[in-house]
Amino acid sequence: MNAREEVLRRVREALGGSRGTRPPVPRGYARRLSEAEAATRADVLALFTERVADYRAAVRHVGADELGTAVAAALWGREAKQIVVPADLPFGWLAELDGVRALADTPAVDIDTLAAADGAVTGCAVAIAQTGTVVLDGGPAQGRRALTLVPGYHLCVVRADQIVGTVPEAVARLDPARPLTWISGPSVTHGIEMTRVEGAHGPVHLEVLVVED
Amino acid sequence: MTGPAPGGPVPPPMPKFAAAARPALADTGLRRTLRGATATLRERTAAAAAETADWEDLREAGRAVGEGALLGLDTHLEELERAVTEAGGTVHWAVDAADARRVVTGLVRETGATEVVKSASLATREIGLNDALAGMGVTVRDTALADMAVQFAGDEPSHLLSAAAHRDRAQIGELFRREMPAAGPDPAGDPEDLAAAARAHLRERFLRAQVAITGANFLVAETGTVVVVESEGNARMCLTLPETLICVAGIDKVVPAWDDMEVFLQLLPRSSTGDRMTPYVSSWTGVTPGDGPRAFHLVLLDNGRTRALADEIGRAALRCIGCSACLNVCPVYERTGGQPYGPVHPGPIGAILTPQLRGVESAAVASLPYASTLCGACADVCPVKIDIPDVLVHLRGAVVESRRRRPVPTPEMALMRGLAWTMADPRRHETALRRGVRWARLLSRGGRIRRLPGLLGMWTEARDLPAPPAESFRAWWNRTRR
Amino acid sequence: MRVALSVACFDDALFPGTGRAVTALLERLGHEVTFPPGQTCCGQIHWTSGYHREAADLARAYTAAFAGGDVVVAPSASCAAAVRDAHPKIARAARDPGLARAAEGLAVYELTEFLVDVLGVVDVGAYFPHRVTYHPSCQSLRTLGIGDRPLRLLRAVKGIDLVELPAAQECCGFGGAFAMKNADVSVAMVADKIRHVRETGADVVCAVDGSCLAHIGGALSRLRSGVRTMHLAEILAETGPS
Repeated sequence: MNAREEVLRRVREALGGSRGTRPPVPRGYARRLSEAEAATRADVLALFTERVADYRAAVRHVGADELGTAVAAALWGREAKQIVVPADLPFGWLAELDGVRALADTPAVDIDTLAAADGAVTGCAVAIAQTGTVVLDGGPAQGRRALTLVPGYHLCVVRADQIVGTVPEAVARLDPARPLTWISGPSVTHGIEMTRVEGAHGPVHLEVLVVED
Repeated sequence: MTGPAPGGPVPPPMPKFAAAARPALADTGLRRTLRGATATLRERTAAAAAETADWEDLREAGRAVGEGALLGLDTHLEELERAVTEAGGTVHWAVDAADARRVVTGLVRETGATEVVKSASLATREIGLNDALAGMGVTVRDTALADMAVQFAGDEPSHLLSAAAHRDRAQIGELFRREMPAAGPDPAGDPEDLAAAARAHLRERFLRAQVAITGANFLVAETGTVVVVESEGNARMCLTLPETLICVAGIDKVVPAWDDMEVFLQLLPRSSTGDRMTPYVSSWTGVTPGDGPRAFHLVLLDNGRTRALADEIGRAALRCIGCSACLNVCPVYERTGGQPYGPVHPGPIGAILTPQLRGVESAAVASLPYASTLCGACADVCPVKIDIPDVLVHLRGAVVESRRRRPVPTPEMALMRGLAWTMADPRRHETALRRGVRWARLLSRGGRIRRLPGLLGMWTEARDLPAPPAESFRAWWNRTRR
Repeated sequence: MRVALSVACFDDALFPGTGRAVTALLERLGHEVTFPPGQTCCGQIHWTSGYHREAADLARAYTAAFAGGDVVVAPSASCAAAVRDAHPKIARAARDPGLARAAEGLAVYELTEFLVDVLGVVDVGAYFPHRVTYHPSCQSLRTLGIGDRPLRLLRAVKGIDLVELPAAQECCGFGGAFAMKNADVSVAMVADKIRHVRETGADVVCAVDGSCLAHIGGALSRLRSGVRTMHLAEILAETGPS
């Protein structure tokens, strides 16, 4: 008997008569934010901002017409000289760049160039207010995973309509067939005396721009 | 041949919990480190749970989803295999540790790689993978900061959140300076500095790695999706940059449906570090062309899990989502650290998992269910409501049953049986009580007993026992009320 | 009301004052106390030590002894917890539906539950002019969930100087067989517990579990600390010089 058959046989034998019974799953937990947490759409956005900031990630709100300037300002602030961006990043996001070279990931940027880049600018698929999370799924304006992993700085642009209240709302919106990366603040280690220390292997700096219409 | 056989490391003999705990108890520095670390995490996780208005609803859902996952495990595993395969991955099955080592070493050999990067995985430690790979000339780089420290020191991991919970910053700094002088951490052992040193040391290795080995927090059967929850980004490096990704996971990591992640992704971060969300949650389904590894292998490991599954009470342990909340609230763990629990699964959850995965034949493993006062703090915080004290008592029963078959009863068994025989009958009990009181009063001086003989001597090592008054309660009752 | 008193085997021999105090207290409150003579032990020690067959024998004897139908009051949270929580499990492990039914038929209350919930009294008319701190035992706190009932009763005692115990909810390290099998860890735990007790400056540390009190008291006695242990019932029974 091969290992597959053997493991499955053991599982079936172990379960015996209870095999396949489905205990009811009580799902009394909240799917949406409560009135107390966020009564209005503006409250949802405010909660997202507050929660991102709790991770000590920089977060700012900008109007759609200010986005180019805000992206440029953020990159100047970090003294970035060369950044990487997904091939399909909207042109307007980088329109105000001056003195910063943006390499589009087409053809795919090689790993050394990626490692030498001063940052990456992307969009996201969904953002979660309650947890201050941005989720990337490799879709429009997000690129492949390595772009937002290897450089030490990630600037993520979030459209206001991408922000949902809760984790259940985000899970419902996301397609698990896609490569998903949920990002909540900068990289952290608990390896030293189990205290939270920022700056491990992922980007040390995360910055979020929320674009409101 | 004297050394471990290639591919088959022999685990060192493990002492009983009480003996293994002694060095930790004597190490005041260690106790200070553990006390500080667990206290901080207790506060953070308690605050995170308190902030969540529907916390009890989430726990209840987590329990039920976990139970359902186990009761339909055969179907879920087949579904998982189908979905992973359809998405371009390959699924391997391993009955035991040797099986799993054979699969993984075979896969690594095929790639021709001489170095692999690895992100935290209890399953790979459980199967002794590092030694097996080393035996065939492949260098394994553990990449989580604490795992690096443990690997450098040749230690066993001591906590689920941080394998190096038993070492303070100065000790980690020393290990880092010794093993990676080029990364040059500051001698003061400043945590930010140590993190930066780990980052610098592993950077090139991540960028050049051909093969990565990782664990999994969840395997979603319905969609074939692997979910990894981590803070450092080392797992992201592993699952993103190399050509080949090998994931080793216990069959107990299966959850039925993608929607179930909405429960666990709320429970796990809050119970683990007290974060609303752990910095990185990565998931993948098979391979994605142009993004990440080109080859993905999932190794599904039994290695005793079906034995636990067969136990209606004990199987609750398989619901564990690895948050480590039970460690942080455990008054025993706080004083002993993780090492006395054996090489893989520390803390209260380890005390119920290891005896089930490995059986209770050895005295060391049989001592684990007794490494608890049954205070119940762990059950209070478990995000999937594993009643750890209940399983501990159940496993103690299994230990005693296995000892009943021995030809000569242990002194303890003789004592406990005799006690039960006496107390099952009120008249025998009363006679024994009278005798016991007389005997105990002979041992006492000044109203207290400072030394007891035999098994009870362990009590008087550091504690007195009051001398029993001449008249027991029932004697008083009979004298005054009858 | 007629109350069947359940005295822990431990208390019967080592702390007979607990049972006497409960008797005095309940009689003072106008109730009739009986002591069913067939009682020996609830079986908890055997159950938690893994001697499940023996625990079943003891549980059968216990339920038989209390089958009279009176409300059972146990001045020991761990015994009350054993009867309420463990007896059904003991019955299941022994595959004994008769024991399961018998266990279900018993109405067992821990003393403070009985006073506060059944009798509805908080002020029992006690007088105890001493500095006291209270250790909430794990069984009382987690298995029974008696919450602040003991503290409410203590706060109503005249003359008492009730002081909060730091890290009160942490286990004292007794744990039955644990105190012997893992004596070193157990002692390390009780050392922290008595450090906290002494920080309060209390003359008396009280609890609703004789086993914890034996443990804490044993360590205090070894250190000749001068701090006394008392069962909560003994404080509630005190009415001062009359």
